[in-house]
This record gives sequence, structure tokens and C-alpha cells, in this order.
Amino acid sequence: MSARVSPEIDGAVKSQFPLLERSVHGRPIVYLDSAASSQKPAAVLDAMDDYYRTVNANVHRGAYEIAAAATELMEAARADVARFISAPSADEIVFTKNATEAMNLVARSWGGSNLGPADAIVLTEMEHHANIVPWHILAAERGCEIRWIPITHDGCLDLTDLDRLLDGAKLLSVTAMSNVLGTLNPIPRLAAAAHDAGALLSVDASQYVPHLPTDVGALGADFMVFTGHKMCGPTGVGVLWARMELLDAMPPFLGGGEMILDVTKEGFRPNTVPHKFEAGTPPIAEIVGLGAAVRYLEGLGMDAVRAHEVSLTGYALRTLTDRHGDDITVHGPSEPAQRGGVLSFVYRDVHPHDISQVLDQSGVCVRAGHHCAKPLMRCLGVTATTRASLYVYNDTSDIDSLAEALDEVGALFGR
Amino acid sequence: MAGLEDLYREIILDHYRNPRNRGELECPPAHRSEGFNPLCGDEVVLTFEMDGDTVTDLRVGGQGCSISQASASMMSSAVIGKSTDEIRDLTRAFKAMMSIHEESIGGDGSEALDGASDAAGANDGTLRLGDLEALRGVVKFPVRIKCATLGWNALATGLDETVGAS
Repeated sequence: MSARVSPEIDGAVKSQFPLLERSVHGRPIVYLDSAASSQKPAAVLDAMDDYYRTVNANVHRGAYEIAAAATELMEAARADVARFISAPSADEIVFTKNATEAMNLVARSWGGSNLGPADAIVLTEMEHHANIVPWHILAAERGCEIRWIPITHDGCLDLTDLDRLLDGAKLLSVTAMSNVLGTLNPIPRLAAAAHDAGALLSVDASQYVPHLPTDVGALGADFMVFTGHKMCGPTGVGVLWARMELLDAMPPFLGGGEMILDVTKEGFRPNTVPHKFEAGTPPIAEIVGLGAAVRYLEGLGMDAVRAHEVSLTGYALRTLTDRHGDDITVHGPSEPAQRGGVLSFVYRDVHPHDISQVLDQSGVCVRAGHHCAKPLMRCLGVTATTRASLYVYNDTSDIDSLAEALDEVGALFGR
Repeated sequence: MAGLEDLYREIILDHYRNPRNRGELECPPAHRSEGFNPLCGDEVVLTFEMDGDTVTDLRVGGQGCSISQASASMMSSAVIGKSTDEIRDLTRAFKAMMSIHEESIGGDGSEALDGASDAAGANDGTLRLGDLEALRGVVKFPVRIKCATLGWNALATGLDETVGAS
């Protein structure tokens, strides 16, 4: 089977990811869990290694050469990330620990100073817990209301009652792409509806930024969060982007070094944006790695990345259905252009834990569980799903391996 | 290297496909206890009847993977008709078997199992894990140990609450 599914991205990409050379249980690794965390290209590993070997020093306020170089590298990465999502200014990029912390920052800082008992927040039934629990915590403290946009039977948002749900709401917080269903949500339309209702739009783009060309202005978002480790970057670094006027007005999130202009025994004056939100020594090497990841993806071209994944998703849907027929049901939209390469499926009546355990013996890495989306699991009427998710380094041979390994599941748990 | 045959013994698959004592007893008079694995969403719902110190009947509900459901099924067969003390001994022996480090399991693992029985203070032959020994291979798959102990933890909690309340 040919490894080539799109002209721009070919088999050479896989060879740029050192981990994908290893084997598991004596079989070549087939990594299909990029929605949980992506693998890292040599360019990212080298950038972080070089940083520690030749530059390492704490950032800001250091007068000596390598401290200045470290600061420069970190701020260059901020500019890389801003460019990658078409942000108007690098100062609008706030580095956090991960997307979860970024969403908590929005909830604590913006939510904490803008939401009260009479207010409502609108979420959707397909959110990751990272875009649910921070709002639950805030709602419990402030007495504000949480409303839910339901989903349709094919895993899309049911926007029938959108205007009613947004009426009087102060914030709509929604995922740009479901980490379970792969559904791409109509963010510009949701932005327009939210703004018409006087609400702001917060976007969980953790599954979106790594896979599609992203323009925060075109999306119409007011806040957007995503994480480094799902986009070829390291763990330990995430991003909050927000419009400058919002960031300017928001109080600090965590207190400590770097986020202050002055501290006295009586109080403190916060630093300017984005440093106001970056208390303590930042994850410098990780930020440098994220910058390298962004440049790596730009080198591939995000249009090419998206084209590759649409093509491979179509191949996966066809292959799994051709080989396994009624034994397999894939959740979410059936049209590859309306979704990302996240394939949650049910195979016969075999439990996802058992499926992933058997697939592992063939070197096939898939995730089993509720994918941090328990409200969605309840909507789907399941406790867990098996999820295979694709990225730039996957090819048709990976899909073929998955389809073949499912035969083993059928043989072991056969009716 | 641990193979799937270590995990999915035929007797385990049999209990998964044909679970014993499946269902639910009316509460009251039965007592109820639930086990829940937040990592994977597996759940075991136990309802059981007591006569004095003896578990006279037990039913298993809930849903989950083959290991959690088969282990609960095997547990139900093992504990019905036993006293709370006997069940606690059995639970200790089973959990000891589930906590043996993989490297200590050589060959057929019988040595390690003897160790488990010793740990439970029950190597005198009065306590036998019987079919439950088929779950021994689970320790080679550390992620699945919580699946195997789910029902046992639920029963231990349920017995503690029941005995404590009586």
C-alpha cells in the first residue's frame, strides 16, 4: 500500500520523528494517539537540546550574554506563535503550563472579575473537561448559570436554540474541534451569534491549531487556548491568546516573580501584558521547543497538513468500513471535510480497554476511555470509546495496521 | 514479554461472556455498594444479602471491560455463602496476588502465588483462590490491576458499611 496520500506531505515526514523508528512488542510502532499528545520531530528535540547545552539561563533582567540570548529565544518563540495563529501582536500571546491552565486563567481572571449571580455562561455537550470544570468551579463560587448547547445524533452542535441559549449570556466557550468526535464547529458563526447577544467567545483550540491553518481574527474569537504538546511541541507549555483590551483589563492570575512592576510591603503593581500573567520562571526550554514546532509546521505548510489529514481520514473511514462492515461504528460526522482526523469508534460489543490492549500487542497505539469528555459520553450513551487519531506523520500503512489488528480483537472476543 | 494469553485466560473470557450472578437484588433488604474507576468509566454495582455474618446472596451489575466484569463475576462465585471474615481473608489474598511485582512471577507463577497466600496468612490450605488464580496474569499489565480489583474494593467497602451499621 502506498504511503502517499497527499502530494505535499509524504513518507519523508515520518522519518523526521525519531520515536517512530522504535518498535513495540517486536512490531513497528503505529502511533494513532496524537489527539492525546503528538510525537516530536528532531527539529524540536534539537532546539531544546541546543538551548540547554548552549544558552540556558533565566530570562529577563539578566545583563550577561546568555541570559539575554535566552530572553531573545523565548520572545522569538512568542513571535512565532503569534504569527502561526495570525495574532495582531506577540504581546497577546500568554504562555501557560498547558491549555487547561490557560482556560483556568480565563475563568479565574476574566470570569472572576466579570461574572456574578445574574450571569450565564454557555458551553456545549462536546467539551473537554478542561472547558467545563473551570466554569463549574466559578459557577459554584459566583452563583452564575451554565447553559449547554446540545449535540445532534451525528455529533454536530444543535444550534436550533442558539439565540435563546445566548440571551443574556456573558460568555460562550466552545471547542473548535471535538477531541472525541473530530467535529469541526462553525466558530465564525458562533462568534457572530455570541457578539450579537453581547457575549464574548472563548475557543478551546487544542485540537484545532495543530491541524488547521488558524487565524484568530477570521475565527472571531475573543479568547483562544491551545497546548504545545499536541502540535509537535513539548509538554509543559500552553498558550492563551486574547484581545489586548481584554488582557489589559484582566487582573493577574498567579502572583510571584516576573508578573510585577513593583512590590512594597503594602502591595504590588502588576507588570504589563503578557508578563502580568506569567508569574515565576517560565518553561523556557519548552517555549523554545514550541517555537521550533511552529516553524516545523510552517515548513510543511498548514494547508498541506490539513489536506493530508482530510485525505487520510477519508481513507481511514473507507478502510475500516470496507474491512469490518457492521462490526464497526465510527462516531461523528461522516464527511472528512467536516471533521478532523479523530476517529472514535465502537467495535462489536468489545470494551475499549480490551480493544486497546489487543491492538497494543500489534504495536498499534490508540486511546480508550472517556477522553475527558464525560458529559459527551453520556450523550452518546457509552461509558468509553476507542479513539484513533491522526497527524502529519501517519500514512495509509498505519490505517491498514489498525484495520488488520482489529481482526485480532474479533478473533479473541468473537461472538 | 507478557503476552495476551497471560491476560485473557479462557476462564476469564468465559466469565466475561457468561457472567455469574448478574443482576440486582432489591434494597432493602439487600445492601448496595458501587465501585467506580474514574480513569475509564468502568463501574461495578453490587447488591448483597446478609444473614448474620454470612453473605447469602450477591448480584453484580454495572458495565466495563472484560477484566473488571470477569473479576467481579468470579468474586461473586467465590464469596456467596461465606462469612465476612472469610471474605476479608479472600480479599486480602486476592489483592496480595494483584500487588506482586511482575519480575517476581517466574515460570507458572505458582511460587509467587504461594507468596500471596502467605501474605494473607492462609497457606494452610483452608483458603484457595481457585478460579481466581486465572487473574494472576493481570499484574503483568499494571494498567489493568485497577480493573481486576474494582469489584473487590466495592465489596470491601460495602461489607465495612454494613457491618459498621449493624
